[in-house]
Amino acid sequence: MEIIQKLGEYMQYDFVQKALIVGVLIALCSSLLGVTLVLKRFSFIGDGLSHVAFGAMAVAGIAGLTNEMILVIPITVIAAIVLLATGKNAKIKGDASLAMLSVASLGIGYLLLNVFSSSGNVSGDVCTTLFGSTSILTLSDFDVKLCIAMSVIVILIFIFLYNRIFAVTFDETFTSATGIKASAYNLIIAVITAIIIVLAMNLVGSLLISALVIFPALSAMRVFKSFRKVVICSAAVSVVCSLTGILVSIIASTPVGSTIVAIDIAVFAIFALIGRKG
Amino acid sequence: MAQLSCKDVALGYEGKAVTEHLSFEVNKGDYLCIVGENGAGKSTLIKALLGLKSPMSGTIETGEGLKPTEIGYLPQQTQVQKDFPASVREIVLSGLLNKCGFNPFYSKKLKEFAALQMERMNISELSDRCYRELSGGQQQRVLLARALCATGKMLLLDEPVAGLDPKVTKEMYELIYRLNREDGITVIMVSHDIAAAVKYASHILHISHTPLFFGTKEDYIASDIGKTFADTKDGGAE
Ligand SMILES: Nc1ncnc2c1ncn2[C@@H]1O[C@H](COP(=O)(O)OP(=O)(O)OP(=O)(O)O)[C@@H](O)[C@H]1O
Ligand SMILES: [Mg+2]
Repeated sequence: MEIIQKLGEYMQYDFVQKALIVGVLIALCSSLLGVTLVLKRFSFIGDGLSHVAFGAMAVAGIAGLTNEMILVIPITVIAAIVLLATGKNAKIKGDASLAMLSVASLGIGYLLLNVFSSSGNVSGDVCTTLFGSTSILTLSDFDVKLCIAMSVIVILIFIFLYNRIFAVTFDETFTSATGIKASAYNLIIAVITAIIIVLAMNLVGSLLISALVIFPALSAMRVFKSFRKVVICSAAVSVVCSLTGILVSIIASTPVGSTIVAIDIAVFAIFALIGRKG
Repeated sequence: MAQLSCKDVALGYEGKAVTEHLSFEVNKGDYLCIVGENGAGKSTLIKALLGLKSPMSGTIETGEGLKPTEIGYLPQQTQVQKDFPASVREIVLSGLLNKCGFNPFYSKKLKEFAALQMERMNISELSDRCYRELSGGQQQRVLLARALCATGKMLLLDEPVAGLDPKVTKEMYELIYRLNREDGITVIMVSHDIAAAVKYASHILHISHTPLFFGTKEDYIASDIGKTFADTKDGGAE
């Protein structure tokens, strides 16, 4: 009872409402795409791209840009295109180039921050970017609007291209043989992946983004066996987990990102058990 | 003008030719069997016919109102991941994408068309089942239904019976043969099963580094290469 009352009180706060809106939208988008990424064997793309975004943020910070997104989104999008869209013909295979790009941006980003940063608390700043810390509770109006706009775009694209995304994910060769431009869809998938990753960094930080992308999809895949059901279930799981995670973290004052991830893991365990029985 | 014609085509990877000097024509209603040893370039030729791979030299043209994207395709192996969640209906429907145009969803008419193809392949009762839980023969029929959704004119089949037991193999051959005979769909099939090729096909293309034979099956049986091959191989057909 006490907890519910306390929650009711928190809900009144502006920052809590913002965090919930952003949290739900990001959870929804990342889980929609997560199904495709997991099935295309790109589970680690979240990690790689978020490290790229981290490096870009470092550069933006040093360059003194007031709005980091101007630099971070384009750089991450380019990295995503390089990784996802050229995947098949590249000389260096997918996982190796992903790992390369990922550690390179993380290393260079941290190095740059240490050498050039004017802030007294470099490791604190870095920790915030890596683990998301509490930045979701201090969102500005602009952050929220940007997130809403981007999420709506991503969701609309996903709905309208749903059938094509399924076909390209299931059997790229057949799909291109029937005259569908599979590479164009790969490109679109790459671009929206990058956008979601950048947005999601606010929520869980760079290190934990993969959890947001893969756990709901994997949970849903334990139980359901058609693509449509998996997508719907994974979206539902993701939204519920993120909502719960944000609320728990506010009440128990735990870090938002890791709380969401912990709940995602618990749900995965439950679904895995159900999947075994069924 | 034939439905499909290849003129002096060379195919290969990274500048090295796998097979060259391929010239042949396929007319409406033909049943062409492509035979040849492993690595001869059969699958590569199929990819080229589908427009997925451009030839190193020579030309591949479609005619008689057949558009390059109106070819139904059954891959040699579909590398469907073990854990891919997809129902039979979802997969068959995906063959209709090229008929959707700018409409992002399948219209009722298209859905009915897909249901018809599933009936034709005898998989209607499987339509809600998960693809990866089906037997190999059932999976092939699902992919054939998907290919039929993409075309009513020409089917390209790359070893459609690989890994199937003799009974299901025979059923599959009969199914394809009926599509060819009764519905007038042109069939191009890669096969290692010479006996079946000779039984069902109207034309045979035997490739190696260079084409060894192209012509009707009657001529093939009479030719030297046909004789040696037919003697050494025993297949699913009696
Ligand atoms: N992606 C590729 N890159 C380079 N070489 C390839 C590639 N795919 C196939 N090859 C080579 O091309 C040759 C022909 O391959 P192809 O798959 O067309 O043979 P096939 O006739 O279908 O054989 P099989 O009967 O085993 O299916 C082989 O020597 C193969 O090694
Ligand atoms: Mg082959």
